[in-house]
Amino acid sequence: MAGGGQVRAIRDRIKSVASTAKVTRAMELVAASKMRRAQDRAVQARPYAQTMRSVLAQLAGYTAGGDGASLHPLLQSREAKRVAYVHITADRGLAGGLNSNMNRAGASLVLEHQPRVEGIAVISAGRKGRDFFRRSGMAMLADFPELGDFPNFEDVRPIARLIIDEFVAGRVDQVFIGYQRFVNAAIQRPTTRQLLPIVGPADVQTATADFIFEPSPEQLLQTLLPRFVEMQVYEAVLEARASEQSARMVAMRQATDAARDMVTDLTLAYNKARQESITSELLDIVGGTAAIENG
Amino acid sequence: MPLKLTIVTAQRTVLEQDGVTKLVVPAAEGQITILPGHAALMSSLAIGEMVATAPGGVEPIAIHGGFIQVANNEVSVLADAAERVDQIDLDRAEAARERAQARLQSRDSTLVGGFDVLRAQLALQRSLTRLRVARRRTGGATGVPSQRA
Repeated sequence: MAGGGQVRAIRDRIKSVASTAKVTRAMELVAASKMRRAQDRAVQARPYAQTMRSVLAQLAGYTAGGDGASLHPLLQSREAKRVAYVHITADRGLAGGLNSNMNRAGASLVLEHQPRVEGIAVISAGRKGRDFFRRSGMAMLADFPELGDFPNFEDVRPIARLIIDEFVAGRVDQVFIGYQRFVNAAIQRPTTRQLLPIVGPADVQTATADFIFEPSPEQLLQTLLPRFVEMQVYEAVLEARASEQSARMVAMRQATDAARDMVTDLTLAYNKARQESITSELLDIVGGTAAIENG
Repeated sequence: MPLKLTIVTAQRTVLEQDGVTKLVVPAAEGQITILPGHAALMSSLAIGEMVATAPGGVEPIAIHGGFIQVANNEVSVLADAAERVDQIDLDRAEAARERAQARLQSRDSTLVGGFDVLRAQLALQRSLTRLRVARRRTGGATGVPSQRA
């Protein structure tokens, strides 16, 4: 039978669940506002990326003929003996399956290349990914934690500098990057792609206009290609941040909804238990009086 | 037909301006002036001041290196960093200039090798560019009144 003790226990539980709902609701609102800002930044970076791609495509039309390797070391494709993988995740959890999905995608890229290469090393940007690869005993080349919610170009540059240096020095032959691509607030997609050697643009524009180059097309390529790598890393980080905030917002909304459902159920149970205990008390009293009258 | 000018950095679009009649650019190999109908051009940029003339007024922009492409009267600038007059923090630029100058003059043990000297020189160049651009607003020595078109 439901006694007063159970009623109190349910009441305490309602209180605790309701306060959890308040916390998750607050986190949802914070994530929502951060998502808008992160998304905004990703959108703002696009014109630069687009212009750079079209400039490179055009430049490629003038420098085509010579093979990539002789034009610039970053274009040099060689047998992939040593591979590096840049793994971008969030520093914090509470974002649903975001980080574990990314870790799984990263692990499958590593496993796919491992049998074919002599060595594969991970560069992590984000604590969740670092911890994952460290636990699994992977070789880590570098770690870039705490980039923050809104990293700028200069924050991300060291990652690009490192992989460019490693690649040019011949210590790695191929570099991949993995991040959660922001599709929309509800969908993020783990994406992995090759960073180095730079794969020529698909749409090399044939030399149409008679361009004047200052300095030569080859020298322009020298300055543009490292920038291009930096820009791609920056883009990936911005996408990852927008994904993180939206995943957290959705996860926290679900948590809030679940907590509120629980409060409803518990309130029902609480009322039932309360009524039962009143009924049983009444029965006791009625039973007691009846016994006296009959006695 | 006037020029269409777009200046973008990795962080944001700094300027989009139609109807530009004259553009002075700090190209890597010296200052160049681009007028409507200019031949197709690709060039890297130095640190310096870019000045766009449009019917609405003259717009100076501090450019900190990058790349420029001119084709069919469309000018795209991919800047490493770029600021319009109202985006420049005058105090910060002044402080940066003093810092850079002090470092260059001291020539002490903190300047190991050419790398730090180069860095200080670049910092000085950037701060001077910012100051020059910012002074245009306040009508300094080179004062051409600027207007946001």
